Amino acid sequence: MKQRALILALAGLTMTASTAAMADVVVKLGFAGPLTGPVSHLGKDEQYGAQLALDDANGKGLVLGGQKVRFELLAEDDQADPRTATTVAQRLVDAGVKGVVGHVTSGAAIPASRIYEQAGVPSITPSATSPKLTQQKFKTTYRVIANDLQQGAAMARFATEALKAKRIAVIDDRTAYGQGLADALVDNLKRLGVAPVGREFTNDKATDFSAILTRLKATKPDAIFYGGMDAQGAPLLRQMKQLGIEARFLSGDGVCTTEMIKLAGPAIGADVFCTQAGIPMDKMPAGKSFNERFLKRFSVPVQLYAPYSYDAASALVEAMKLADSADPARYLPQLQKVSFKGVTGNVAFDASGDIREGGVALYQYQSGKWQLRP
Amino acid sequence: METLLQQIVNGLVVGSMYALIALGYTMVYGILGLINFAHGDVLMVGALVALEAIRLLQIHAPELGLVPTLLAGLSISVVVCMILGYTIERTAYRRLRNAPRLAPLITAIGVSFLLQTIAMIIWGRNYHSFPQLLSTAPLEAIPGVFITPVQITILVVSATLMVALVVLVNKTRLGRAMRATAENHKVASLMGVDTNKIIAATFIIGSALAAVAGVMFSSNYGTAHYAMGFLPGLKAFTAAVLGGIGNLGGAMLGGLVLGLVESIGGGYIEDLSFGFFNSSYQDIFAFIILGVVLIFRPTGLLGERVADRA
Repeated sequence: MKQRALILALAGLTMTASTAAMADVVVKLGFAGPLTGPVSHLGKDEQYGAQLALDDANGKGLVLGGQKVRFELLAEDDQADPRTATTVAQRLVDAGVKGVVGHVTSGAAIPASRIYEQAGVPSITPSATSPKLTQQKFKTTYRVIANDLQQGAAMARFATEALKAKRIAVIDDRTAYGQGLADALVDNLKRLGVAPVGREFTNDKATDFSAILTRLKATKPDAIFYGGMDAQGAPLLRQMKQLGIEARFLSGDGVCTTEMIKLAGPAIGADVFCTQAGIPMDKMPAGKSFNERFLKRFSVPVQLYAPYSYDAASALVEAMKLADSADPARYLPQLQKVSFKGVTGNVAFDASGDIREGGVALYQYQSGKWQLRP
Repeated sequence: METLLQQIVNGLVVGSMYALIALGYTMVYGILGLINFAHGDVLMVGALVALEAIRLLQIHAPELGLVPTLLAGLSISVVVCMILGYTIERTAYRRLRNAPRLAPLITAIGVSFLLQTIAMIIWGRNYHSFPQLLSTAPLEAIPGVFITPVQITILVVSATLMVALVVLVNKTRLGRAMRATAENHKVASLMGVDTNKIIAATFIIGSALAAVAGVMFSSNYGTAHYAMGFLPGLKAFTAAVLGGIGNLGGAMLGGLVLGLVESIGGGYIEDLSFGFFNSSYQDIFAFIILGVVLIFRPTGLLGERVADRA
């Protein structure tokens, strides 16, 4: 069935070439992610998400440059491996894809992004959250999910609006991750008109935080944010309790782990909150109908990031519509102007290629596990 | 005011642990003139062995109360570390007794890596949660100043052990032999002191103290990890130098001073430097104090070598 469609499309292509008649032009888009190995279920999930977006676009009968186009998805397996990712990226470029949805993991997306950049092919990752990906300042690299730094923005909003925290103290571990997260939080707090009452520093090997915590205690904080990992976050939380500090404990995804619950022991409670990039499907504006259509088309439920890869593929199509062309050189600048309501929320990118309103999930510790906050 | 008092309490708790570890460094240095860099890793082994023992006891003898379980775990880890200390001395240092001083220093670093690697193979790279058998619920000693039962225990146990060690060194036969060996190996052995035995005893005592310090460290912070010995080891070595290495009283004083400097430095460095420095300079601040002390008193606060002064 698929092959016949391809033959027809190819026939259409030759026909347009020879007779310039109105027929379908095939536009190939690439997908790359782990299709084998331990995280293959996530790769397959995202492949299906992108496929569904292209099916929808084809169903609408898109016309670019006066010609009807049909999208096809070329899926490649990068095994979530950095080296395989570069091979696969080159293969997609050689196959003449006009854009790429992928890669799935940060480890694969970062090395592959260089190849797409050199070839001038836009790539949008649905699920790689490392800030390093877009910090490379590649013109062709985009992302539809919140990066680690955007968690800071979400936490700032949550702390000031939902928790009504006014006196927020900030600690970070001076690593690229921890400092980045804490800086992002502080910037966003200031934008919301709340200046942090204290800013202290530690390192990612420290175990004793009593000196900085005692100092912060004197500022009477109602919340303490920690930018860092669970191995330091847990003893820090314990010492907060030991010093009689009655402030909420806020952190990012480095602390949103089962390790944290284990290490913090009796110190962890309902006053501990953390963020994670991406939102669960039942919280997405169009999540429910997406899940139903996905199940009908592929006979498997959505695993995790399929809605994000749907939006990534849709963003490529939207940019092509704006440029009225599938030529990467012509539609790439339009990616900056894309703005539409996707499955996951509003899709629009900032200058570095990150999504403007990246959804971030907020969790609260409750009875033995992290519970999603509405 | 209560902030300052709280910082002093914090400093004393950390400092008394430093002091206990520093005693191990200083005893060995006093007798052999050797810096035993594996000492911090003996502390790590102590904490992890106690963790394992307590876990097993909780499974196989759950009827044992909290404190007896802790004491049993502690005893097992002390015994294991004593054997470990003896083995280290026997294999890594004794054969190099008459070698140039750099040779045993290198083997000490080697033993440190070896212990960490073995611990990593046995216990993995992850942080472990250390069972809380003593309460860590804060008690309000003075309004606004908090201390936990674990921390009170740490202060009491370290003080007791330090007094016991001073009595041992100054009042017993073994102590006299240790002082004699420290003053002059050859003469001591001519006087009938079995110096090899005395040196082994020094390592065994030092390792037992490290095991206790390791268990206290993990009980207070609630975690244990294969690389946890490095930082406290380094700090305790600093404390020993600060107090005057080789000098028991110096190690104790150095430990307490370092703990206080760290916590007060961490708490006030930003105010003292008019915002120029912040708490990321906490460790540097402690070393600045060390530098200043050593400029004015090159042999540390109380001077080197207990034996020469005793």
